[in-house]
Amino acid sequence: MTLAVLSSVFYLCTPFEMQNPIPHIINNNTFWVSPERCLYWEQQNTIIIADMHLGKAGHFRKSGIPVPQDVNKADLQRLIALLLFFKADRVIIVGDFTHSAANKELELFKRWRSDFPLFRFDLVKGNHDILEDHWYFETDITVHKKELVIGDFCFRHETPSSNPLDDCAAASFVFSGHVHPGIRMSGQGRQTLKLPCFYFTKNHCILPAFSKFTGLYKVEPKEEDLVYAIAGTEIIKKP
Amino acid sequence: MLQELSDSPGYKIVRSWLTSKNKFPFSFQEQTWQHIINAGSGLVNAPTGCGKTYSVFLGALIGFINQHPQDYSTKKNNGLQLLWITPLRALAKDIGRAMEEVIGELGMNWQVGIRNGDTDVSERQRQKKQMPEVLIITPESLHLLLAQKGYAELFQSLRIIAVDEWHELLGSKRGVQVELALSRIVGSQESGEKRHSPFDSSGLTTHNSRLCIWGISATIGNLEEAKEVLLSPLKKESVIIKADVQKLIEVESVFPDEIEKYPWAGHLGIKLAHKVIPIILQSKTTLVFINTRGMSETWYHTLLNICPDLAGSMALHHGSVDMELRNWIEENLHTGKLKAVVCTASLDLGVDFRPVETVIQVGSPKGVARFLQRAGRSGHSPDAVSKIYFLPTHSLELMEVAALKSAIKENVIESREPKLLCYDVLIQYLNTLAISDGFIPGEIYQEVKATYAFRDLLKEEWEQILHLITEGGNALQQYNDFKKVEVIDGTFKINSRKVAMRHRIHIGTIVSDPMMKVKFITGGYVGVIEEYFISRLEPGDVFSLAGKNLEFVMIKDMTALVRKSSKKKSIVPSWAGGRMPLSANLGKKLRETLNQLATGNKQLTKELERLSPLLELQQQLSHLPKENELLIEHIETEDGYHLFVYPFEGRLVHEAMAAILAYRISRIRPITFSFAMNDYGFELLSDQPIPFDDTNAYELFSPDDLLNDIQRSVNSTEMAKRKFRDVAVIGGLIFQGMPGEKKKARHLQASASLLFNVFSEYDQGNLLLRQSYNEVLEQQMEETRLRNMLERIQESKIIISFPGQLTPFCFPIKVDSMREDLSSEKLEDRVKRMQIELGA
Repeated sequence: MTLAVLSSVFYLCTPFEMQNPIPHIINNNTFWVSPERCLYWEQQNTIIIADMHLGKAGHFRKSGIPVPQDVNKADLQRLIALLLFFKADRVIIVGDFTHSAANKELELFKRWRSDFPLFRFDLVKGNHDILEDHWYFETDITVHKKELVIGDFCFRHETPSSNPLDDCAAASFVFSGHVHPGIRMSGQGRQTLKLPCFYFTKNHCILPAFSKFTGLYKVEPKEEDLVYAIAGTEIIKKP
Repeated sequence: MLQELSDSPGYKIVRSWLTSKNKFPFSFQEQTWQHIINAGSGLVNAPTGCGKTYSVFLGALIGFINQHPQDYSTKKNNGLQLLWITPLRALAKDIGRAMEEVIGELGMNWQVGIRNGDTDVSERQRQKKQMPEVLIITPESLHLLLAQKGYAELFQSLRIIAVDEWHELLGSKRGVQVELALSRIVGSQESGEKRHSPFDSSGLTTHNSRLCIWGISATIGNLEEAKEVLLSPLKKESVIIKADVQKLIEVESVFPDEIEKYPWAGHLGIKLAHKVIPIILQSKTTLVFINTRGMSETWYHTLLNICPDLAGSMALHHGSVDMELRNWIEENLHTGKLKAVVCTASLDLGVDFRPVETVIQVGSPKGVARFLQRAGRSGHSPDAVSKIYFLPTHSLELMEVAALKSAIKENVIESREPKLLCYDVLIQYLNTLAISDGFIPGEIYQEVKATYAFRDLLKEEWEQILHLITEGGNALQQYNDFKKVEVIDGTFKINSRKVAMRHRIHIGTIVSDPMMKVKFITGGYVGVIEEYFISRLEPGDVFSLAGKNLEFVMIKDMTALVRKSSKKKSIVPSWAGGRMPLSANLGKKLRETLNQLATGNKQLTKELERLSPLLELQQQLSHLPKENELLIEHIETEDGYHLFVYPFEGRLVHEAMAAILAYRISRIRPITFSFAMNDYGFELLSDQPIPFDDTNAYELFSPDDLLNDIQRSVNSTEMAKRKFRDVAVIGGLIFQGMPGEKKKARHLQASASLLFNVFSEYDQGNLLLRQSYNEVLEQQMEETRLRNMLERIQESKIIISFPGQLTPFCFPIKVDSMREDLSSEKLEDRVKRMQIELGA
């Protein structure tokens, strides 16, 4: 029964084409930058994502705004495909995993989760993560209130951009989300496009929002910063 | 049995009342009354200020008296008799006052009520308990009425629906709102009738057949269609009654002392401002119409500078000026206290200001109908001549005066194209019905199909809409959270109070550009301004609004906070409204006018005579196109290779055509272009020679494969994204928040462009998405007109010339393309230099 549901929901979708990720090395660790809006941390066999906003479409729909439900489904499918592609065994979410109060779209996730219990989920709480404790318990997600530290690396939801390592003595590099960074790229004939991006400074990385149902906040990179913009299935490195 | 008007008691009473006031009915009024007392419907075509209100309103009174000849004066609480729909809130009060006066003098007991956004709650409650006999209402408020429980009861006694200024509503989504509301009122009377007399098959009291609908419209090119659109739900015979009131219109140009042979737009008008002062001083009251709000601010300041005596007796009126101030200005126009008002289209509509003697139009009015309407703002006594001065903003515009004069003579007036298949308005309407008494799709489908706007609605589109409002479109059954319209025993209904409340706020969001309030930081309201303009300002920038120079401080709670500035220099906001294209009719007339010159007609108007040096230069350097010719100029300058094309089809068509032509040429050989355009023509500019000549000219202007080429050349996705904003708001996808609510509904914020992307990726068949693309084609590119133009070009002679220098025709386009890169002072300097170099 469960399997039947799964196959209809997850596997009868368009085949997933994975483009090659680009390696980015920090403190001898390799982080693969994927155009599917995630990082794959090779040494830890872990996927890092931010701002999944699971259930956002459902939240709108509950209020009578008919946002296509497929956007939520597609986000979830993408996450699963990435886990399978990288053969990762752990996901770290730097906040805003869910969008709002519990709804049926979150039920769908719960269902999937019970079929794939082996992945480890770590969530650093974001401002949107407002569900009751038992939900995280039932979905087997380890919740970190403020931050998660692994070796040299610290994972948080929000950080002050001036001093991302503020009171995080144990680590020397921070990953965060919350911002939904986007960068303006200009093309021919005064045309410009805003694209989601990964934003790297020397001790900080802001991840793009994982969900495609999210807006973009325009960032202005400084000279010493590095940006990976996501143009469809490709990554454009700037500068 | 048809009743003869002159025999009817109502007519006798009204007629003797008119006589006692020394007034006599016009024949079009009597004709209308005759039709009304026999329950006829139709369209009254009359200009403002000649008794069009009386034609329908007195008809309603006569009909009532005829029905109750004994006790018409004592009968009260008769229920709603006359529903008066008007596009403007501001009009309601004046009309209501005039009606009350008549009712009082006839000694009748009718009440007149007003229902719009300004009507307070207690008044609404009173109306709910006891409907007045006459209700004056806006289309939005009418829909709010349909959102009220038991609304159908209110309309059971209704006899006449009058739609005032129908030409204004037609061609907008508010017009579609009116169509839908009428279809419901007609339908509810029919079903009410069935309910009340289920066993009465004799058809004795079929009072549904007594309902009349009357439109009142100024002259437009498609009156017959206008009538059909409005009366479509009635499915009955109907008439058009034309007021035979021919207004004499006198057009006089304000000539510059010297005709510039190299004209450019914008600057000349202001230089002629000193010639306006004597006109203002000579006449009682003058309206100065300026095309854009931005220019109207500049004009107001300039006139005050030249003639400081006007301070206090001159005002500035445009859509961004605070409502209260606007009301004050209108009040003082009525009483004749103002000497002059500088205004925009904001004063196009509405009741007449009798003291207005003179109208000045600055710059091209872009269309014949608009020009006539503005001219008609002056000279109100029945046989007075309407006097309008035309002040060109560049010398080529004098050609337009000549064209306008001939259009007026031949009565060539633009049509208003009715909007079709506005799914967004339909979705909003169905939700409206769902929050009052709910609806049964089978019934409502028939009614909706009976409207003009939705007569081509497909059954599957209807099903898709129902599916959207009940299920939220395609969904995973088990995991669907969607909740809006619920189906209970076949009735579609919204039960959630929260959803209902939210929807009520949404009715009335059929708006133009997103506007932002402007307030002083110390408190005090200045007006509203396009969000787009404010978003480009930095704190400290000074701009001009409502005649004041303001320094932008910050944005807070969706309000732009400003303080007064003493700086003289300010940015003048560029409002989107200034982008109105030249109408097809006027374009055609312009080509005819040029033809007169090119064929050597000796009988020229004053304007064309004055222009002849410029036109001779054009002829000498290049060519003066005849009516059946399309002129194309290849010119090489230090900027590169230019191709100028002059179809005279208005800016929007030129914009689309420039992109298509560029795309088609680039298929011959890879080449990049930049574009520029105005209402007369457009320019392609490249750094390499442009492969356009006799061998491929017709092919490049071919109408074949037009749609595909549009899609390939123009960034229609970007344009559709912009249109989607409106569509999404009306269709209820974007929730704008409750009024006064500081924090917008939590977690329910999404921008239109984000929704557009999500729909494009995950729900491509969505009707609202499709509608946005259709609107781009119809409105942004004027596709029909574009196609007509290409067909015309195929029939005409393409003349390619190779002038050695810039020509008078191309000069304004060239200057416009420089405008974006230069400040206005630098631009002026540079243009002067160019003019000298060209030996003008």
